[in-house]
Amino acid sequence: MITELGHFALILAFGIAIVQMVIPMIGAHRNNPGWMGVAEPAAIAQFLLVAFAFGALTWAFVTSDFSLNLVYANSHTDKPMIYKISGVWGNHEGSMLLWLLILTLFGASAAVFGDNLPARLRARVLAVQGSIGVAFFAFILFTSNPFLRLAVPPLNGRDLNPLLQDPGLAFHPPFLYLGYVGLSMAFSFAVAALIEGKVDAAWARWVRPWTLAAWVFLTLGIALGSWWAYYELGWGGFWFWDPVENASFMPWLIAAALLHSAIVVEKREALKSWTVLLAILAFGFSLLGTFIVRSGVLTSVHAFANDPERGVLILIILAVFLGGALTLFAVRANALESKGVFGTVSRESALVLNNVLLAVSCFVVFLGTIWPLVAEMLFGRTLSVGPPFFEAAFTPFMVALAVVLPIGSILAWKRGNLSRATKPILPWLVLAVALGALAYAVQTERSALGPIGVILGVWVVGGAIADLWLRSGRGGFAARLGRITRLPRADWGKACAHMGLGVTVFGIAAMMAWEVEDIRVAEIGDRWDVGQFAFTLDDVRQVEGPNYTTTMATLGIWRGDRQIGALNPEKRFYPVAKMPTTEADIRNGILRDIYVVIGDPQATGGYAVRVYVKPFANWIWGGALLMALGGFVSLSDRRLRIGAAAAKPKQAVPAE
Amino acid sequence: MKHLILLFCMLAAPVWAVEPSEILDDPVLEARARELSQGLRCPVCQNESIDESHAPVAQELRVVLRERLVAGDTDAQVIDYMVFRYGEYVLLRPNVRGANLILWLAAPLMLLLALGVGWATIRRKSDGATPLSAEEEEALAEILKK
Repeated sequence: MITELGHFALILAFGIAIVQMVIPMIGAHRNNPGWMGVAEPAAIAQFLLVAFAFGALTWAFVTSDFSLNLVYANSHTDKPMIYKISGVWGNHEGSMLLWLLILTLFGASAAVFGDNLPARLRARVLAVQGSIGVAFFAFILFTSNPFLRLAVPPLNGRDLNPLLQDPGLAFHPPFLYLGYVGLSMAFSFAVAALIEGKVDAAWARWVRPWTLAAWVFLTLGIALGSWWAYYELGWGGFWFWDPVENASFMPWLIAAALLHSAIVVEKREALKSWTVLLAILAFGFSLLGTFIVRSGVLTSVHAFANDPERGVLILIILAVFLGGALTLFAVRANALESKGVFGTVSRESALVLNNVLLAVSCFVVFLGTIWPLVAEMLFGRTLSVGPPFFEAAFTPFMVALAVVLPIGSILAWKRGNLSRATKPILPWLVLAVALGALAYAVQTERSALGPIGVILGVWVVGGAIADLWLRSGRGGFAARLGRITRLPRADWGKACAHMGLGVTVFGIAAMMAWEVEDIRVAEIGDRWDVGQFAFTLDDVRQVEGPNYTTTMATLGIWRGDRQIGALNPEKRFYPVAKMPTTEADIRNGILRDIYVVIGDPQATGGYAVRVYVKPFANWIWGGALLMALGGFVSLSDRRLRIGAAAAKPKQAVPAE
Repeated sequence: MKHLILLFCMLAAPVWAVEPSEILDDPVLEARARELSQGLRCPVCQNESIDESHAPVAQELRVVLRERLVAGDTDAQVIDYMVFRYGEYVLLRPNVRGANLILWLAAPLMLLLALGVGWATIRRKSDGATPLSAEEEEALAEILKK
């Protein structure tokens, strides 16, 4: 019964979305407040209905209602409760419902918190948001309905995949979707602005929090996925340039560019049409990402043919929204006149360079991702584009970005002075190069990767610190320190996010350059050296787990004669799923991770053992967390707090 | 949920790439083998190099690759041999031939184009930002004195 109500709620929400798409748009055109006023209740009702539908589906998963096809295919009574719940979005239909839930959540929050928006702009924004809703309601109801029943309910579900029962994977999709779908708000604002023919500082101030929030969630989602791959896949890779990963990385890059160009619009009323274009592209890449993941077209050309209906429909949605918005942009972009002028050397120019680097790097990722498809369709060549290509073609952009970032971020608005701007950060450059040289001297490898990572990391982090310090003005040390704590949150957010980038860049370079790997056959009692550590294989035994049997090894970690720890890597076997898994054991550290994997027993006796020493591995995700934290801090700035910007006029006291 | 199926495939078997028995005695040769095998794709996997893959065919490729190296092939000869036997598909770094030129040249060309457009924008914007005239300087000094 609850299932049917959920299904009904979803259909009802579809109808409301159609109303929300049409009526407020006409109302805004005719300047009819009554028609425009339809948007807010419609957006809120839509969210409540989808939330109810989502709740109904969750209920079906929690109670293991196997009369529902989706629950039967994706759940099992023996699953722990948390994975029953995460199973709701761990499949195609449910994940599309989650997508819609987040889409309508953003629409409803724009309706609730958008009091200070001009009525017409708000009506148009919500109408565009409604139109995105219409497309995805149609998609879910006609091709991916989660509420389909089975005539004969089976006794138990089919899925008890132990590998997907993992917290990292369970919460990775919701974060990514919050990011993907959050960019829909930027898109709606951009299209509404094009229809209005007006983009001003206030517009940028409204767009920025949505973009920032979306970007923060994307950052967290990507970091979570990468971290999961690192500890679960068994050889400690953290990024594979897989099409599915690239699908989330491209909107992240464009959203990062959009964040920066929106600042120029807000502060200087320049780069307007470019910012609108970025807002359209950011959501375009989100849709493209959805298409790539949902259709499977890039993981295998043949996967697409298995399920053409869904893929084609998403492709149509993509074409209509991206094509429509870009056409509108071509027609109306001239109406967006930019006012601000700026010198060749200025913060504005630096942000243009930031945008050039981010946008082109995104284009490179895009081309590399779709190239196998293009080559096969146009040139009949079956080829692969893998990590070596992306590392060669993408890395230079990030290096260039890290080089110019500290200078650009302290250049003055309007007209800057390069030599004056570089003076306060010069000591950091000296320190960075010195530390880089030190790293080069100390390391045993002859590669420049590690030292370059050190230089860039110190340079970017130092630049962010110097930037904060500069903002504290003049005077004594204590006075400046006091002032620094009272800087606007946006300044702290900026410094924090930039530092995060520096930390991540350093972490990636250090781990790739200085990783030590050892593969060998070890017998119990053996002792061997890896880097500055020694390892002993102390014990291998069979252990019974709750729903698996496992071969568990105990390895001692030694530094000289002192044992500093022990690790217990496992090789598990799940009899229900008939599936073996490898559980690496990792000793996390600030300076290094020690990563141990146990393999099969060898015919000659002993076990295959893999040991990795991965220096600064955690800095990669630590930097990502700092970036996200910077975004949150900046989001809490008073200037951006939704509804806080406009001071209410004082009420006149009536005369007695 | 195809990418989950994909993940499933990646995870299903024990993740165990290079076996200790495959490793060559000569550390220099082995280092070359590892380097080369990281650039070759496992033909039956989704986006995995033969260095990472546990699939039997990947192991076969690793062994063949090491045999060629021991036989005295150069890196380029080994790669050519692999492409000859398994097709262009195994190259994770696409070669710079024919249409692939578009792929490789796209990044520098787009960058130049974007820098050009960016530069033009900056120049156009900076037209209005001419320095103050002598009169304006005077007026400004007057105001600042007050």
